[in-house]
Amino acid sequence: MKNPSDRAQAPYWTLPGLAEGAWRSGALLPGTAIFSLVFGTVAAQKGLSLADTILMNALVFAGASQLVALEAWTNPLSLGTLASLALLTAIVNARFVLMGAALQPWLGALPAWQIYPPLLLTTDATWIVGMRYRAEGKGDAAIYLGAGLAIWAVWVAAVVPGYLLGAFISDPKRFGIDLMLPIFFAAMLVQIWRGPRRAIGWAVAGVVALAAAQLVAGWWFIVIGAIAGSIAGGFIDDAE
Amino acid sequence: MMPNEMQFGPFAGILVIALATYFTRVFGFWAMGHVPMTLRVRRMLETLPGAIVIATIVPLMFRAGVPGVIGIAATLGCMVLRRNEFLAVALGLASVSAARALGL
Repeated sequence: MKNPSDRAQAPYWTLPGLAEGAWRSGALLPGTAIFSLVFGTVAAQKGLSLADTILMNALVFAGASQLVALEAWTNPLSLGTLASLALLTAIVNARFVLMGAALQPWLGALPAWQIYPPLLLTTDATWIVGMRYRAEGKGDAAIYLGAGLAIWAVWVAAVVPGYLLGAFISDPKRFGIDLMLPIFFAAMLVQIWRGPRRAIGWAVAGVVALAAAQLVAGWWFIVIGAIAGSIAGGFIDDAE
Repeated sequence: MMPNEMQFGPFAGILVIALATYFTRVFGFWAMGHVPMTLRVRRMLETLPGAIVIATIVPLMFRAGVPGVIGIAATLGCMVLRRNEFLAVALGLASVSAARALGL
C-alpha cells in the first residue's frame, strides 16, 4: 500500500480554503466552547481579572495547560513561580511537539514566514481537522489557518460567560468546582484511550504522581508523574 | 533587591506560558525538518497526553477524599457509557456536591 502522503498534493494557499477550514472545524466547536466556559469559571474563582482571562485565552490558546497553570498561579508571581509555570506549560503541551512533527510532511515545503504563524494556532482540535483533510490527499494550507482561526474565535468568546458564571458562585467547594480540573481530565481520558498497552505508561504516571504528591511540595507531581509515565511508555512497546 | 524576591503581575505569567506553548507548537515541526524522530521518542510523546492527565487526576482525587473518588468514578462511568463530555462533567460535579452535602 502506498503512503497517502506520497501521492498527496504539494502545499498551496487558497482563499476559499479559509472558509472550508472553518466549516470543517464545526463539529469541534461545541466542545471548544464548553472547555472555554470551564476555564473562565475556574479563572474567576482563582481571582484573575476578566481582561487577564481573555488575554490568556487569546495568547495561550491551550486549555489543558491553562487550567494546570491556574492551579500553580499566585498573585504576585515570583521568579521561581514563573519558571515553574514555563516548565509545567511546556510539559502539558509537549503533545504539540508530536503534532507539529506530523504536519512536517504536508507543510514542510512552505517558506517559514508562511507556515510558522498558522502553526502557532495548533491545538488538538486544529490538528485533527488538518490531519483529516490531509488524509483526503489534498494540500491547501489555508484549511489549517481557517480551522485555527475559527476555533480560536470560539475559544476567546466563550470564556466571557464562563467567567461571569464563576464570579457569581460564592462557594465553589459546594458545587465541586475546586475539582473541575481532575473531573474535566477524567472525561478527556476516556476520549484519548487507545487500548491497554499504552495504559501501562499511564499507570506508572499515576503511581509515581501519587508518591511525588506526598514527597514534593507544589505542582511538581504532574511533571514528575508525566515524565515517568512517558518514559515507561517509550520503553514498554519495545517488548512487543 | 535579590532576584528571588522579584515579583511579577499576571501579564508576565500569561506571557511566560504563551511563549512556552509557542515553543512546543513550532519545535516538533522544526525538528522534523532537521533531525529524524526516533521510534522511542515518538512512543514517549504518544504516551505523554494520557500520562499528564492521569498524573493530575490521581493525586487530586485522593487529596479530596471520598467525594473526590466518587466524582471521578461518576465522570469516568458516564463518559464510558454515554460518550458525552458535557453530561460527564456535570454528573461528576453533581456527585461531588452530593457527597459533600451528605458529609462523606
